[in-house]
Amino acid sequence: MKSSVIVFPGSNCDRDIAVALNKMEFKNQMIWHKETTLPKSDLIVIPGGFSYGDYLRSGAIAGKSAIINEVIKSANAGCLVLGICNGFQILTETGLLKGTLLRNKNLKFINKDVNIKVINNKTKFSSNYKKNQVLKINIAHNEGNYFTNSDHLKDLKNNNLIAFQYCDESGNVNEQSNPNGALENIAGIYNSNKNILGMMPHPERMIDNYVSNTDGINLFSSLLN
Amino acid sequence: MRLISEKLYQLNSRKNKLKFSVTVTLKKDVLDPQGNVVQNTLTNLGMNNLKSIRQGKFFEIDIDEKDPKTAEKKINEMCEKLLVNLIIENYKIDKL
Repeated sequence: MKSSVIVFPGSNCDRDIAVALNKMEFKNQMIWHKETTLPKSDLIVIPGGFSYGDYLRSGAIAGKSAIINEVIKSANAGCLVLGICNGFQILTETGLLKGTLLRNKNLKFINKDVNIKVINNKTKFSSNYKKNQVLKINIAHNEGNYFTNSDHLKDLKNNNLIAFQYCDESGNVNEQSNPNGALENIAGIYNSNKNILGMMPHPERMIDNYVSNTDGINLFSSLLN
Repeated sequence: MRLISEKLYQLNSRKNKLKFSVTVTLKKDVLDPQGNVVQNTLTNLGMNNLKSIRQGKFFEIDIDEKDPKTAEKKINEMCEKLLVNLIIENYKIDKL
């Protein structure tokens, strides 16, 4: 499976995701944001970080960069796209995913391992997880408070487009287990075709027991199915 | 001769320049934690009649254009394409 990781000035999880993809035996290429063509890819990853120093709004400038038109074209043609953290913010700025990510409710940068629950396990990104499985995944962000309008929220619920929700260790989704104030504890969403996943937690940081755990591996192994 | 032409160019470009401001504010239903903190602090400083504060953004834009209507259209386009996130923000354009 061929993957491309888009690198912006200020991306800082690009290497981590490359390590994860290589470990899972993806044939990966790094693509600089000034490129105007994308190599043929089965998966495009927009990594985490602080593209353009979060100027204007997180992801706003990266969302208008040269390579993004190619990403949009490929995504609309059905290519799998994964946006992690700043990548999720960039995807909402391009319009590929609806809604937006506001500043964390407590105004603090949050870096910790949190529990998230797999809400939909019937997608190309999640088929190797069990439904409602609780994962422990790291989050590290300042703007992760997902917000959208009520029509879109209905659409997310009715069409099973919520990928992950923040929860406690036993899988209860409630206010105490919501780290950043996200609407309905949303940690990740799909587009209507379910070929685009945006998520705030970092699965690429959870692929090795020596550094953390291996709860992120099944996201990548699902993609290989 | 060169000096005169440079001066003329400068004068012309000044004539064509229009200045606008764009004020970006959060929509009513969007939580503004920064505004809340500023409000609490001002209340603590004794500003008892303070009712509410919402924090926003302000842009000053010079544009090389003679016709104010065309210029405003262009500024509007700038807002919709980049400056404003229409999901959570409103904006107001003023000629300065």
